[in-house]
Amino acid sequence: MRIPCPCCGSRDRREFTYYGASVFLDRPAEDAGLEAWDAYLHLRDNPAGVTRDLWYHDPCQSWIEVERDTVTHAILSTAPVARRRA
Amino acid sequence: MRYSGFRVFTQGLGGNKGWTPAWRRPDPKPDYDIVIIGGGGHGLSTAYYLARNHGLRNIAVLEKGYLGGGNVGRNTTIVRANYFLPGNSEFYSHSLKLWEGLERELNYNVMHSQRGLINLFHSDGQRDAFARRGNAMLAQGDDAVLLDRDGVRRMVPYLDFEQTRFPIYGGLYHPRGGTARHDAVAWGYARGADRLGVDLIQNCEVTGIDIQNGRVTGVQTTRGAIRARKVAMVVAGRSGQVAAMAGMRLPVESHILQAFVTEGLKPVIDHVISFGMGHFYISQSDKGGLVFGGDLDFYASYAARGNLPMVEHVMEAGMTLMPMIGRARLLRSWGGIMDMSPDGSPIIDTTHVDGLYVNTGWNYGGFKAVPASGWCLAHLMATGTPHPVAARFRLDRFRTGRGLMDEEGTGAQHNLH
Ligand SMILES: Cc1cc2nc3c(=O)[nH]c(=O)nc-3n(C[C@H](O)[C@H](O)[C@H](O)COP(=O)(O)OP(=O)(O)OC[C@H]3O[C@@H](n4cnc5c(N)ncnc54)[C@H](O)[C@@H]3O)c2cc1C
Ligand SMILES: [Zn+2]
Repeated sequence: MRIPCPCCGSRDRREFTYYGASVFLDRPAEDAGLEAWDAYLHLRDNPAGVTRDLWYHDPCQSWIEVERDTVTHAILSTAPVARRRA
Repeated sequence: MRYSGFRVFTQGLGGNKGWTPAWRRPDPKPDYDIVIIGGGGHGLSTAYYLARNHGLRNIAVLEKGYLGGGNVGRNTTIVRANYFLPGNSEFYSHSLKLWEGLERELNYNVMHSQRGLINLFHSDGQRDAFARRGNAMLAQGDDAVLLDRDGVRRMVPYLDFEQTRFPIYGGLYHPRGGTARHDAVAWGYARGADRLGVDLIQNCEVTGIDIQNGRVTGVQTTRGAIRARKVAMVVAGRSGQVAAMAGMRLPVESHILQAFVTEGLKPVIDHVISFGMGHFYISQSDKGGLVFGGDLDFYASYAARGNLPMVEHVMEAGMTLMPMIGRARLLRSWGGIMDMSPDGSPIIDTTHVDGLYVNTGWNYGGFKAVPASGWCLAHLMATGTPHPVAARFRLDRFRTGRGLMDEEGTGAQHNLH
């Protein structure tokens, strides 16, 4: 598997560290309540198909949101998390 | 047909023409008391114990592919009871006791072999942790022996004890641990359930769960609608999709785990050996193949095949531990879809829908659990109360934070258990 890093171009999967579903970026407010925090930390859509998850590219030290297919392992698009957060 | 040595002998004399199919292939009936979704190890054992322990008869197991085509036929077959935390400890202890009587119980040779399991350690801190784990196992009534380096060397002299990265300090030996033939476990439970009247329905994918006024009323399948008063979701790596049919989001993420087998060799590895620091474990099948594996590929996946970097990593770890296997040729590798939970421990529970049950979160350790998981889910479905040894496998423990069982202490990240 190769992942196109928005900064470095197409790179070997071994250069990346996986974090998990990108809902991790949607951090609830501190007082959002138990259900919101449970959903954020534990519950997952876990799709068989298109998903968005977070990968860290070690060489350029950037976090990347990757849109990919969990059944075929095809990478559909990548975007730097920094841009989304801004 | 009862199986026995005598029957093998007489069938042999008769040209093996008298064997009959081990189970029926019924068409689905429109209505069952209980429907089990998923014909893996856990679904089949649940159906078996519902009939065997609770006298229930009107039961169907619905399997989208063929029986045993999921993880139950893809695992590396290790059976052990060496868990540390209360909750897991009593459950796996119960399971190992069921394993020890399983062949007689099912009248089926599952090739359960208690060849002993050795978990290696490589530092003083790890030795302390393993000593503590061993004490927990003894306190639970199971067996554990702490081996020093010479003790390990006497049993498995072919390891590289002097490797510089992770020199071997010793091992925790679990004599009752071992392996079993995974397919035979699925087949044995399937045959046992069938003989008690359970309908095993293959090529039947559940596509919807019918719910009325908060109560389950049946399922939609590729072979038509089926009514049922109770339904259990026992679909391992597919738990997310099936639970979504009931409007649920589960604390489960599906990940791929690979396994490998070499060509058949003469007997060389007598035990199961695990090398946790290198993410590597190995045993030798009765056919002679070296069966080994490592860690998850680490990213969410439903492809029942893995990626090459993990293949390379596992081979490297194997060569670090036992350079002698370098000449063996790899025959096959494959992957299975693991239902990873946030604390690495399983879930056997009711749901917010009356009559709907969930069995999931087995991570990569659910083969050894097959007997007790079925035993306990059947108990919950038949009596309405959790079985004492599975009472802590609650679905709500993540929401409440009460009773988490994080054996590895890695926190609420699904792929790190
Ligand atoms: C490579 C590998 C190594 C492993 N090693 C070990 C080990 O050494 N020891 C150990 O204890 N455990 C091990 N495991 C884990 C163990 O195999 C699993 O935890 C366990 O088999 C899961 O339960 P199951 O047998 O019921 O799952 P499965 O056999 O996967 O059963 C689930 C079934 O549900 C069916 N299904 C899914 N969706 C639907 C639907 N919509 N309708 C109908 N049917 C459906 C699937 O087709 C499947 O047959 C390993 C797993 C893998 C992949
Ligand atoms: Zn980069």
